[in-house]
Amino acid sequence: MVNGNLDFEKPLVELESRIAELRRFSKEKNIDLTEEITTLEKKAAKLRHEIYANLTPGQRVQLARHPKRPLALDFINLIFPDFLELHGDRLYRDDHAIIGGLATLEGSPVTVIAEQKGRDTKENIARNFGMPFPEGYRKALRLMKQAEKFGRPIITLIDTPGAFPGLEAEQRGQAEAIAVNLMYMSRLAVPIVVVVIGEGGSGGALAIGVGDRILMLENAQYSVISPEGCAAILWHDASFAPEAAAALKITAKDLFELKVIDEIIPEPLGGAHRDYAETAANVKAAIVRNLQELKKIDVKDLVEQRYAKFRKMGVFYEASEDKEA
Amino acid sequence: MATIKDFFRSKPKYVTVHQPSTDDRREIPDGLWVKCEECGNLLFNKELERSLMVCPKCGYHYRVSARFRIANLVDEDSFEEFDADLIPGDPLGFPAYPEKTRAAQEKTGLKEAVITGRCRIKGIPVILGVMEFGFIGGSMGSVVGEKITRAAERAIETKLPLIIISTSGGARMQEGILSLMQMAKTSAAIGRLDEAGGLYISVLANPCTAGVMASFASLGDIIIAAPKALVAFAGPRVIEQTVREKLPPGSHRSEFVMEHGFVDLIVDRRELRDTLAKLLHFHGRTAVGGVSNG
Repeated sequence: MVNGNLDFEKPLVELESRIAELRRFSKEKNIDLTEEITTLEKKAAKLRHEIYANLTPGQRVQLARHPKRPLALDFINLIFPDFLELHGDRLYRDDHAIIGGLATLEGSPVTVIAEQKGRDTKENIARNFGMPFPEGYRKALRLMKQAEKFGRPIITLIDTPGAFPGLEAEQRGQAEAIAVNLMYMSRLAVPIVVVVIGEGGSGGALAIGVGDRILMLENAQYSVISPEGCAAILWHDASFAPEAAAALKITAKDLFELKVIDEIIPEPLGGAHRDYAETAANVKAAIVRNLQELKKIDVKDLVEQRYAKFRKMGVFYEASEDKEA
Repeated sequence: MATIKDFFRSKPKYVTVHQPSTDDRREIPDGLWVKCEECGNLLFNKELERSLMVCPKCGYHYRVSARFRIANLVDEDSFEEFDADLIPGDPLGFPAYPEKTRAAQEKTGLKEAVITGRCRIKGIPVILGVMEFGFIGGSMGSVVGEKITRAAERAIETKLPLIIISTSGGARMQEGILSLMQMAKTSAAIGRLDEAGGLYISVLANPCTAGVMASFASLGDIIIAAPKALVAFAGPRVIEQTVREKLPPGSHRSEFVMEHGFVDLIVDRRELRDTLAKLLHFHGRTAVGGVSNG
């Protein structure tokens, strides 16, 4: 990776900077280079399409972790400008890898829960690289129960490498915190819309990921284990991560085909990092549309449908008849 | 128990009889004597089995199969298995997964990593699930998720208590995201049982980690752990590799987890049947029909 750009993006990034240079030159020297610029722009458009239309799962993983990819707070600022953050789990402390709070969406109050990574080293240390501690999940649950009490829909944004696996997390019951969230989210009596915006890292993602609609950005990923971890187990070599990414089926398209997610939210060509505003507008439109549908459903039926949704996930056979259940 | 103790007090005599010329313990014939992995004491195999594969000297719990656990926990001939025909698919077309499941099936004689059914413990009817660590590390894929979910749903229908003995390395990588979703599915089912007022006792055997710990195994009304069992979200190896944290001795073991408030009690395998019966009694459960072998 060079200057925060991915290797497979390099030819495009170089071409784009040449175009920018020509523009500057033409303006400074007052020379008409329109023809040259148009030619190069056509070439760039073609290249952009070639590169991004056929991304491998490994390349999508890189996009999902792109250093310039919009993070949860970028989405929150663009979609919920009146967002008010509420802190703490009322038990131990405030976890900074999970953000929770209140906002309005199209004039109606909602509760927003999101996993937040850092943009640079300093931020990443403060955010624990987006890996929540148990108290983060307990804060999320506290705010979700609050949402249920006041009849507010819940929107969660997933972006985490996983739940933090350290000793302190064990001492404070990481497994228990995740399990309890899974149990309660399956029966909260308000609509829940989940959006996977970047990395969906296993149980750490699922712990805020049980909902009525699971949406996923085009280049996001969602997996039971990181491609590196899987490669280390399968081939005893983490450098086989791209192969593992393909085997694990972790792209939005894969998950849609496996009926784990309901909708793929399109990203601008080249990825979400190329246009925050457009990406956020797409996410907002998808959330609004899904919430409108969910609000029409009686709450009892909604909880019933949510149970049924997860109940039918999985593939197995009856030995006697070889029939998919 | 006095007879077992007496027997082992006379142990040296047997050692001299069978191994007069050498003290190389590796030459002790298989199937007659074993050296305890923990304390190093020589144990007579039959006696070890009679104490449910728990070292009578040091209390070390040997790993046992799901069948062994069931045979030594429930009333004789009372176990009726559910969903024995469920077999895994290969939804991702994952490298070597079908071969891996076939090998696990041959090795364990089971079709998947959990056995579920209805049985009686000291005459008290319960729904029981027991995981098999020998089947791909007791990992939870679609079949395990489905069988646990069905067991919980049957506990709701029949109003019987649910007991699950969990031992697992976590979600099954080879079924990818579908394995992860089994965590949500099983937790939702336990949630329904909870809402229906049903009793669920979760028993954590060695080891119990990751996806199973972060779902149904952590949701018991009562959580029992085996002594010194590895009980964790992320095992010590994961922590040392990813966070490079130095771990204090005994971390991630049942006693540590109980000390931090996440386990109700630690029960020796030899006492599990009695303890479960007692807990069932406290919840108003009584024996039906003639009680036997209790």
